[in-house]
Amino acid sequence: MRLEISLGRLRNEFVAKITELSGQDINLCYQCGKCSAGCPMSFIMDLLPNQVIRSVQLGLAEDITSSRTPWLCASCLVCTVRCPKGIDIASVMEAVRQIALRRSEDFIDPAGLERDTVAELPPIALVCGFRKLTG
Amino acid sequence: MARQERIGVFVCHCGNNIAGTVDIERVVEELSHYPGVVHVEDYMYMCSDPGQELMRKAIQEKALTGIVNANCSPTLHQRTFRRVAEAEGLNPYCVEIANIREQCSWPHADDKETATRKAIAIIKATVEKLRFNMALTPTVTPLTKRVLVIGAGIAGIQAALDIANGGYGVVLVEQDIGIGGHVMQLAGTFPSLEQPDSLIASRLAEVASHPLVKLYTYAEVEEVSGYVGNFDVKIRQKAGYINRGRCNACGMCLEKCPVLVSSEYDCGLSQRKAIRLPSPAALTFHPVIDVEHCLHFNGSQCQACCEVCPEGAIDFSEEDTFVEERIGVVVAAPGYDLLPVGQPEAYPEDPDIIDGLKFERILSATGPTNGEIRRPSDGKVPREVVFISCVGSRDPEHGVPYCSRVCCMYVAKQALLYRQAVPEGQAYIFYMDIRSDAKGFEEFVQDVMDEGGILYLRGEVSRMFRDGDKIKVWGVDTLIGRNIEISADLVVLARAMVPRPTTRELTRKLNIASDAHGFLTEAHIKLRPVESLTSGIYLAGTAQWPRDLPDTIASAEAAASKVLSLFSREELLHEPTIAWVDEEICSGCEQCVANCTYKAIEVDKRSNVARVNEAICEGCGSCAAICPSNAVQLKNSTPRQFFEIIDVAAG
Ligand SMILES: Cc1cc2nc3c(=O)[nH]c(=O)nc-3n(C[C@H](O)[C@H](O)[C@H](O)COP(=O)(O)OP(=O)(O)OC[C@H]3O[C@@H](n4cnc5c(N)ncnc54)[C@H](O)[C@@H]3O)c2cc1C
Ligand code: SF4
Ligand code: SF4
Ligand code: SF4
Ligand code: SF4
Repeated sequence: MRLEISLGRLRNEFVAKITELSGQDINLCYQCGKCSAGCPMSFIMDLLPNQVIRSVQLGLAEDITSSRTPWLCASCLVCTVRCPKGIDIASVMEAVRQIALRRSEDFIDPAGLERDTVAELPPIALVCGFRKLTG
Repeated sequence: MARQERIGVFVCHCGNNIAGTVDIERVVEELSHYPGVVHVEDYMYMCSDPGQELMRKAIQEKALTGIVNANCSPTLHQRTFRRVAEAEGLNPYCVEIANIREQCSWPHADDKETATRKAIAIIKATVEKLRFNMALTPTVTPLTKRVLVIGAGIAGIQAALDIANGGYGVVLVEQDIGIGGHVMQLAGTFPSLEQPDSLIASRLAEVASHPLVKLYTYAEVEEVSGYVGNFDVKIRQKAGYINRGRCNACGMCLEKCPVLVSSEYDCGLSQRKAIRLPSPAALTFHPVIDVEHCLHFNGSQCQACCEVCPEGAIDFSEEDTFVEERIGVVVAAPGYDLLPVGQPEAYPEDPDIIDGLKFERILSATGPTNGEIRRPSDGKVPREVVFISCVGSRDPEHGVPYCSRVCCMYVAKQALLYRQAVPEGQAYIFYMDIRSDAKGFEEFVQDVMDEGGILYLRGEVSRMFRDGDKIKVWGVDTLIGRNIEISADLVVLARAMVPRPTTRELTRKLNIASDAHGFLTEAHIKLRPVESLTSGIYLAGTAQWPRDLPDTIASAEAAASKVLSLFSREELLHEPTIAWVDEEICSGCEQCVANCTYKAIEVDKRSNVARVNEAICEGCGSCAAICPSNAVQLKNSTPRQFFEIIDVAAG
């Protein structure tokens, strides 16, 4: 299937939202790949950080929201400090997560967790889980 | 032939380059009792000051009549050593180089014995050659300090101005009715975006009114004969059917002419009359009648222009005239074209699929839409414009293999100008790589990308076709690995830059070479970049290779400075190691004449023997090689000398 690219897609709501939440000008990215080259989590990502940025440039909302990448991102800021064009990629990742979270979908139901599981999990994991996976 | 009987041999160690492989002591020993050799000496670096001093001393003390320098390739130091000899009163053509580095010590670095024996053989063979060398003096030819510049694009104009401002006369010949070439069609120029009229109008005005520049427009070079320093050119002044002296440029004829023809200047986007003027900025206001389209010349009685002209300037009986000019050197600057429509692959013919120059006209304030961006088919303002880079370029299978060097930059410029004119518009640029390697260029491209509304897509296009109001473009974005479809209002193709088809004919007239694509060939791509292989003919601008304005102007200035450095001499010195005819033997068979690329040899009708034009002969030896009776020989490279060399080398 050919991907249709149009003015409407390039300037869709998703792109506007990401731009607003991250405060980043996505046009600046010239796809050098520096961000992905240094990312410590890229080995398990389905879209590399530069591909996430590219997908924003092309207005591919569905590709990004269905990607695991923003959730695997460790927010270590390696990409941000290294980007030759000064783009704060970590903020873009955060913006993607924010958009998902604002849909107020709960992926974890605290009440449904087994007592044993809760006992085994480090508290920080639970905090992260609530932070990232609940509305 | 004179025999050189007091020969000196100087063997250079070249540090370890030669001495590390060749046993220098043995070489010196072997040569020291070779017949005719009266002095042998070796030194660490012969080319150094102390090395040269050894030569000087030996020439004086041993009264040497010839020298063999055994060292590196003659292209490096033959000149150095010949100068030393000349300063000591020894004829420089009695100094020969025996190359024992590139041809001996380097390739045989692993075999000292072979290298040493070979070095000895090379030096002895050179001594044998030198024995029969004649003392020669360069030929002197007079120099006409006047220049023919062909093509009044920006390259030709710049070269003409530099030479004229240096105080020498220039004959500037332009085939078109106006001057300036393609640059006049541009809307703005990267990276600083000046419009051509503000950028080069002053140059155009200066060249058109310069007291030392004789400008012929609507003219062609018919014939060139002679050689460096003394060319005779015949110029055809095409009939324009309008008396230039009488025409007062009122333009009434233009109004009345009933024939409409698609305009070359506007790339077919507007129409002109059969009687026409050059582009508005081209500064030559003489209209000419285009016989191909004028009704009068095509069987009708039309006299409309004639009837209305208040000065009676129109003269249908005018004929082409010829002017002869004597000049010393030529600068060829016939410029470029774009790869024609239909090549390389069949992108459909559609009024909304256009090339870069056409889009320049659409963007230009002097264009058919006065700078409003309107597409050709229906005049609609295009909201989405697709640019395709490398159309025909970098495509050895279907187009040309080279990179056209300007399109990456003008595509970025055009996208930016488009967005400035249509702020809500969207530009898409398909590209393979972005080549932006000159001063300020990368910064320019990045600014364009940062601008927004301009999306670069890394990949090429496979198809495009009309779909109602739109042109569907199918391509790929290799960065995300997906095929892409865009519905465009207008498509701009960055077609490859190619030489003008007429340039081939010009190369024949000038007797200069062009490459497989038709670009003019330089004498050496690195060391002699603006000279042709024919002495006295220089190259400038895009006829040689795709160039942008900075490079075009730099090449024109380089050609002009070559001319000026030549003109700083009063006469021309020519290498004397050229062909020589033994008139007793020559039978006038003319085989040499056909074989000489430089047209330097001809058979004298009266005496029926070949004569060499010493000013033209380059000493290539083609004539000597083909002559069935050995009547032509190269001075200091005679068959006898080669037989001696072979004897030594084989023995
Ligand atoms: C779409 C496009 C956009 C561009 N934009 C830019 C830009 O923004 N900035 C930039 O730096 N460069 C730009 N360029 C490149 C620029 O056009 C060239 O560098 C420049 O025009 C080359 O000048 P020239 O004199 O070599 O050739 P030309 O302009 O082709 O001039 C050659 C002249 O010689 C004449 N001629 C040809 N043959 C003969 C003959 N046999 N006898 C007599 N006269 C002859 C022709 O009529 C013409 O007047 C662009 C090119 C294109 C295609
Ligand atoms: S912040 Fe996220 S995307 Fe950036 S380098 Fe770290 S883990 Fe990778
Ligand atoms: S490092 Fe910056 S410019 Fe390079 S690909 Fe990543 S976001 Fe784009
Ligand atoms: S004679 Fe030719 S140029 Fe003159 S008006 Fe008629 S068609 Fe036009
Ligand atoms: S300059 Fe750019 S668009 Fe033109 S041929 Fe070269 S790479 Fe392709």
